[in-house]
Amino acid sequence: MNVNSTATANNKIKMCARSVNVFYGTMQALRDITLDIPDRTITAIIGPSGCGKSTFLRLFNRMNDLIINARVEGDIKLDDMAIYAGSVDVVDLRRRVGMVFQKPNPFPMSIFDNVAYGPQRQGVQKNELPDIVENSLKQAALWDEVKDKLHQSGLSLSGGQQQRLCIARALAVEPEVILMDEPCSALDPIATLKIEDLMRELVKDYTIIIVTHNMQQAARVSDVSAFFWMEPDRAGVLVEYGPTPQMFSRPKDKRTEGYITGRFG
Amino acid sequence: MQDHTIISKAHYRAGLRVREKVIELFILCNGILVVAVLIGILVMLLIEGIPAFSQTSVWDFFTGTKWYPVSNPPTFGIFTFFISTIVVTVIATILAIPLGVGSAIYLAEIAKPKIRETVKPLIELLAGIPSIVMGVIGLALVTTVVREAFNLNTGLCGLTAGIMLAFMSVPIVVSISEDALSTVPKEFREASYALGATKWQTIIHVCVPAALSGITAAIMLGIGRAIGETMTVLMVAGGAIALNFSPLEPMRPMTAVIAAEINNAVRGGAQYHALFAIGLALFILTFFVNFAADQVLERQRRKFAR
Repeated sequence: MNVNSTATANNKIKMCARSVNVFYGTMQALRDITLDIPDRTITAIIGPSGCGKSTFLRLFNRMNDLIINARVEGDIKLDDMAIYAGSVDVVDLRRRVGMVFQKPNPFPMSIFDNVAYGPQRQGVQKNELPDIVENSLKQAALWDEVKDKLHQSGLSLSGGQQQRLCIARALAVEPEVILMDEPCSALDPIATLKIEDLMRELVKDYTIIIVTHNMQQAARVSDVSAFFWMEPDRAGVLVEYGPTPQMFSRPKDKRTEGYITGRFG
Repeated sequence: MQDHTIISKAHYRAGLRVREKVIELFILCNGILVVAVLIGILVMLLIEGIPAFSQTSVWDFFTGTKWYPVSNPPTFGIFTFFISTIVVTVIATILAIPLGVGSAIYLAEIAKPKIRETVKPLIELLAGIPSIVMGVIGLALVTTVVREAFNLNTGLCGLTAGIMLAFMSVPIVVSISEDALSTVPKEFREASYALGATKWQTIIHVCVPAALSGITAAIMLGIGRAIGETMTVLMVAGGAIALNFSPLEPMRPMTAVIAAEINNAVRGGAQYHALFAIGLALFILTFFVNFAADQVLERQRRKFAR
C-alpha cells in the first residue's frame, strides 16, 4: 500500500508561506520560512520540541493573533488571498481553515451542540442542523458510536472519541484546510490508529497540515513532510521539505537524518 | 556517633508524628467549633422564636398585615415586612445582575490585563464599604435623585433601598463571576475562535455557560447580602408599616424591623419572641435561596457531567 502517491499526483498549491518571520516580543520564533502546502494532501510538520512547529501551524488560521506581542512578517496565502492583509476577515478565514488541537477540547455541552456550534454561529437555520451534525459525525467516523446519545455531554466520551468529536466539529463548518496540532499525542495507540485512518479518508476532500512528534505517524500518514529545527538563538528554521517517502529514506540534511533515525531529538 | 544519629532520627520522626496529631486535632477542633456555632445560632433562633407562635398562629404571623407589638393584646403579622424585603431584594437583584455580570465579563474577557489588575481590586474594595456609609450616601444623594426622578414626596422608599443594596451586592457578584470566567480553560476559547466564532459569540456561547455555576453562586451570594442587609435599609427604605407593593412607597424590610425594635423589646416578652421569629423567617428565606442555587448548580453539573 502506498498512501503517499497523491503527493506527486497533483501540484495545485492550497496554502503557502513566503519568507515568514515570527517574533514573540524581541525573541524570534521562526526565521525565513518558505513552504508550499499542496492541495488535498497531508503535510506533516516534524522536528524537536521548541522548534516552532505549532507556531508555524497557527499562522495558517491566525491563531497567533490571540497571543499578545506576537508579530508576523512575510506572506501567507490561502489560494490567492494574502491572509495577513488588513482587509482579511479573520472570522471568515477561520471558517475556511479549521483546527484540531493537541488535547481533545470538546465544549462542556452535548455532542449535538458541540458539532452544531460552528454552523450556529454562522446563522445556519435550526432545521438544517441535524443533517449537518449527522454528516459531520459520519465523516469523522463517530456517528455509529454516538448516534443514540447525541444529547449526552461531549465530555462523557473517551479521549479518542472526544478527538473525533473535535474533528467532526471542525468539519461541520465545511473548511477547506484542517490544521492538526499533535492530534494524537494524548491518545492511546488504538485511538491514534483510528484518527490516522480517518485522516487518510478526509484527505480526499480536504487539505491537512499536521504537527507531530511521532516519526512513525508522519511516515505512515503524510504525503509531504517538512522538517523544522531550532537554531542556537532558539529561532525555528525549515531544514528540509519534500515527499515523505523520500525524506524518510534519503534525507538530504544530516540533521534530518539524525532526527528521523532517532539519534537525537 | 552513628547510634546517636539513628536515635536522633527516630526521635525526630516521633516528634513529627506528634506534631501531625496536634495539627490534626487543632483543625478538627476548628471544624467542630464552626459547626457548633452554626447549630447554636439555629437553636437559639428556635428557642427564642418559637414561643411567638403560642400567641399568634404561624399562618397569622406570616400572612397578617398588622404589627402592633405594644397594643393590648399585641398583634404580630409580618406580611408587610416580608413583601418589603422581597420588593427591595428583587430590585437589588435586577440591578445587580446585569451590572455585576457585565462588569465581570468586561474585566475577564475584554479589558487589558493592566486595566483588570487595577479595576478589580478597586471593585473589591467597594465591598468593604461599611453599610452605614452606604446608608448616608443613600440619604444624601440617591433619595434626592429618586424623589426628583419620580416626583415623589419622599425619596425614602423601596426603590432607593434596592438601588443601595444593588451597589452593595455588585462587588461580590463582579469578584466571584470574574474568578469563574477566568478559570474557563483557554482551550474552550481557542476552539471557539478556531471554528470562526467572533469574540462576542465566544463569550456568550462558551465562556459564560462554562462559568455559569460560578456566576450563579456569585448572584446568590449577592442576593444573600441584599436580604440580610440591615443598616442601609433601616436608613433609606422609609420605614412605613403599611402594606405596599410599589417600590416607590416607603417600606420596612424584615431586618429593619428587628433592628428598630429589639432594643425596646422586653427580654422574654411577646415582642422579643416575635422579633426572633422574624429572624427565623429570614434564616429560612436565605436557606431557600441557597437551596435553590444548589439545585441550579446541580442541574448544571449533571448537564455538563464529565
